[in-house]
Amino acid sequence: MFNFKAIQETVNMIYEENLDIRTVTMGISLYDCQSDDIGRLCDKIYDKITKSAGKLTSVTAELEKRYGIPIINNRVAVTPISYMAGGLRTTDDCVRIAHTLDKAAKAIGINFIGGYSAMVQKGAIDAATLLIKSIPDALSETELVCSSVNVASTKAGINMDAIAEMGGVIKKTAYLTRDSGSVGCAKLVVFANVPEDNPFMAGAFHGTGEPERVINVGVSGPGVVAAAIRRAGDCDLTTLAETIKRTAFKITRVGQLVAAEASKMLGVSFGIVDLSLAPTPTIGDSVAHILEEMGLEKTGAHGTTAALAMLNDAVKKGGVMASSHVGGLSGAFIPVSEDAGMMDAVACGALTIEKLEAMTAVCSVGLDMIAIPGDTPEDAICGIIADEISIGVVNNKTTAVRIIPVYGKKSGDEVNFGGLLGRAPVMEVNSMSPARFISRGGRIPAPIHSLRN
Amino acid sequence: MRAVITVVGRDSIGIIASVASECAKYSVNISDITQSVLDEYFVMIMIVDILRMTIDFTSFVDAMERVGNERSVKIHVMHEDIFNSMHEI
Repeated sequence: MFNFKAIQETVNMIYEENLDIRTVTMGISLYDCQSDDIGRLCDKIYDKITKSAGKLTSVTAELEKRYGIPIINNRVAVTPISYMAGGLRTTDDCVRIAHTLDKAAKAIGINFIGGYSAMVQKGAIDAATLLIKSIPDALSETELVCSSVNVASTKAGINMDAIAEMGGVIKKTAYLTRDSGSVGCAKLVVFANVPEDNPFMAGAFHGTGEPERVINVGVSGPGVVAAAIRRAGDCDLTTLAETIKRTAFKITRVGQLVAAEASKMLGVSFGIVDLSLAPTPTIGDSVAHILEEMGLEKTGAHGTTAALAMLNDAVKKGGVMASSHVGGLSGAFIPVSEDAGMMDAVACGALTIEKLEAMTAVCSVGLDMIAIPGDTPEDAICGIIADEISIGVVNNKTTAVRIIPVYGKKSGDEVNFGGLLGRAPVMEVNSMSPARFISRGGRIPAPIHSLRN
Repeated sequence: MRAVITVVGRDSIGIIASVASECAKYSVNISDITQSVLDEYFVMIMIVDILRMTIDFTSFVDAMERVGNERSVKIHVMHEDIFNSMHEI
């Protein structure tokens, strides 16, 4: 028998509190596309993607109607393109594949395709070196392609040569996409301990141990959590954690339902549900506003890291019981440009890069969608990446940097990327130089606690 | 197999009748209704059996949405699975 209060709660979550499925992402292996002829490689990649995910958008549209819940994004993640090594001889070959991915994504009506990626935590195969060099051209010449580079892991340590290179890649990408607010950098993530089943862009790719095809789902729901906290009133933090857990359970169950149904309808295996609380620039869909609802005057105030740590943990505890397989990033996202509350906190001076860095030590996923002045030196960008990546490596967790040195903009300006990517105040960067440290190159050895066997 | 129809909006004469007749048109059987009016604000939750429904679910959702638009109320139709998953362990 139905409980009418429960029905009302579900309807309110969806129509008043912005509950939605943030993304249904199909992972597709490209291993069987291998060819030493670049033309043939591109044709095979195009065919594999369009055949595998051709029905993705129609299936999610049907699920949207059946359950009355919005499914915001349909995406595809492919095998890291650097593994298509046999066909990659020049950077032009790499860029040609980027165009193929872009064309395939447009043909099947998805809004991003991830996997223009390389894993170089210990060193780079030749194809990965080429691919990394080609990223600025690939991202400036395509619209929907997303790129990621894993530069470190707890097991391998930190590849500082790769970080030094990524500083240049980010600057060049910013320059080549200068007419659109350096938006190319919004499609590029530098990772430590990258998950291989992440459904969220820009960091999604289809990992090496994944099946031929897989469906991964990312849920959302910051608005639902904020509303539940508001209703809980002035309770103590134990009660608040319990409230968040219960809410996260309900949110994740919807993700599980959609993931299971989508994989059944598409005839593809179900991978994971990602428990991340993913905000959008829409009012009422902000992680910062959850923290403020918990009792902070503004996100960035002292106490923010503690509040976020509790939130992140409670979301996981509630979510993990609601889904048969949990994976991906699974943590609260704190992107500045994609979260109305974060934007406000930065604009009023409450939130700085240093505080954001501290926050990433207790949640996924890292310094995300942060706009910095266009004239920030390459070395400083490398320093920001190295700091963030070392938090991930030492704490055995994923961290990432998606930073945008907006060409022609200075601290205090604003940049608007439009849509889900939002708008961002340009943040101030510490002006002291890490140049000598970065130029040493080499690898920072893996931390002692990586030796767990 | 069941679905939940929710109707929210300004009260007017015949809202239930129009929702019910649309259900009957497609052999959708009403099994439970709860409804209230607060300050001219109409809220109704209807549980319906869709086992013998003569059209597919998506078209039924669209048909109900049209009824809602005609009467200037919001009508949502959702499959029971979403409520079961969310509220049952």
